[in-house]
Amino acid sequence: MKTYRRPVSATWWRRNPYYVWYMVREASCVVLTLYALTLLVGVARLAQGEVRYEDWLERLSRPWAIAYHVLAFLLVAYHAWTWFRIMPKTLPRVPVPDKAIVVAGVAAIGVCSMLLWWAARP
Amino acid sequence: MKRSNKPIFWSLFGAGGMLSALIGPVLIFITGIAVPLGLIPREAMGYERMRVFAQNGFGKVAIVLVIGLFLFHGLHRMYHSVHDFGIHVTPAMKAAFHGVALLGTLAAVYLVSVIG
Amino acid sequence: MRTIAIECLRYHPETDEAPRWQRYEVPFSDDMSVLQGLQHIKDELDGSLTFRWSCRMAICGSCGLMLNGVPKLGCEHFLRDYYPGPLRIEPLTHFPIVRDLAIDQSDFLAKLESAKPWLMPKADPGEAPHRQTPKQLDDYYQYSKCINCLLCYAACPQYGLNEKFTGPAVLALLHRYNADSRDGGKGERMPLVNAEDGVWGCTLVGYCSEVCPKGVDPARAVNQNKIESTKDYFLRFLAPRGSK
Repeated sequence: MKTYRRPVSATWWRRNPYYVWYMVREASCVVLTLYALTLLVGVARLAQGEVRYEDWLERLSRPWAIAYHVLAFLLVAYHAWTWFRIMPKTLPRVPVPDKAIVVAGVAAIGVCSMLLWWAARP
Repeated sequence: MKRSNKPIFWSLFGAGGMLSALIGPVLIFITGIAVPLGLIPREAMGYERMRVFAQNGFGKVAIVLVIGLFLFHGLHRMYHSVHDFGIHVTPAMKAAFHGVALLGTLAAVYLVSVIG
Repeated sequence: MRTIAIECLRYHPETDEAPRWQRYEVPFSDDMSVLQGLQHIKDELDGSLTFRWSCRMAICGSCGLMLNGVPKLGCEHFLRDYYPGPLRIEPLTHFPIVRDLAIDQSDFLAKLESAKPWLMPKADPGEAPHRQTPKQLDDYYQYSKCINCLLCYAACPQYGLNEKFTGPAVLALLHRYNADSRDGGKGERMPLVNAEDGVWGCTLVGYCSEVCPKGVDPARAVNQNKIESTKDYFLRFLAPRGSK
């Protein structure tokens, strides 16, 4: 039987807003990876002594670094939100409505954030 | 039908996803925005304070877990995203992405062990 | 009576090298479905237009179409919502086109059979019927509502990128039987679940569950089985399970 196969283009995701948001969610992983590497560099500088560490800290204060971290914050926050929004679908059947799981997850983010913020202050 | 070994990577991906969902945003805010802008005093990330943290057993575990799990989550997803853009993924690419995550984790382990 | 512009993707293998668009002006009333619009075209304007349909009430799963790029059943969407148009109608994406709006479902049918979507009773109840509590029914009921309309396959970008991926509906139906308290065939179905193109081909885009007209939620069925597959992977050395 002669059939026609329509090609799938590499920009398939631009056709539909649902797919665009999926790609945004996936893109969050790039900034997360870069952030982890930034922390890794920070730990390395920490091991190398005060001068190198202070230099790393100073670079973090540059305008482009702060702007980058604002973007990273937004994308990773979006990851956090979508993570818990999707979570009900990955869990085995529990006698809890989906919405409760999402609310609990977001609440957990809030609690952890407040704890870390409090612990961070000297 | 060949059994996939995805469960190993997926478990690491899941752990990293959970951790980064819970504390990723606030960590980025503290280290990348609050401290540089002075919303939190600079001493919060000061050399002495951070060294004490890294020398503490709990601190070492925290550093390795955050860096390692963030890397495994991010790189595993990046590997899948390459496929999503229509690029054919090879076993070599899979090894490369996860290899970087492994190297990063090992580097973190090494660094916290030499810090003291 | 108002008129809506409908553009259909046409393909006749005996004459066409590639699909082409054809535009029709279709008079419609507010109660007319997209399917009725196609039927008007076939009855009054162009008898050569080919499309599948049957029940007209979203239960047979025949009339799956792309309406302005979104997978939908033609019988449960209305022309009034696309006025003035043009409403672009294409066959479901990710499937080969047989003729006009009719697709080749053979890949799906082969995969469906491979999932062993039939009851393999755990125990023989003899003369008596199987018994099931409402909760046990609840565990699999939504997954039994699948009408094989294939909208989820059109929605799934992973299926579009990799035709070997088992796909949402087949995995949802597989789960329907695994989750059925009467069924004992989970071990036989695990190899399909555990394969690279089984549940692991899914990246939880989630669009399949968005487009499903029956509320099956295939995304949930697939992703619950990621945990099952992971358990199976790590615990397989502890206890022998079903067949390999």
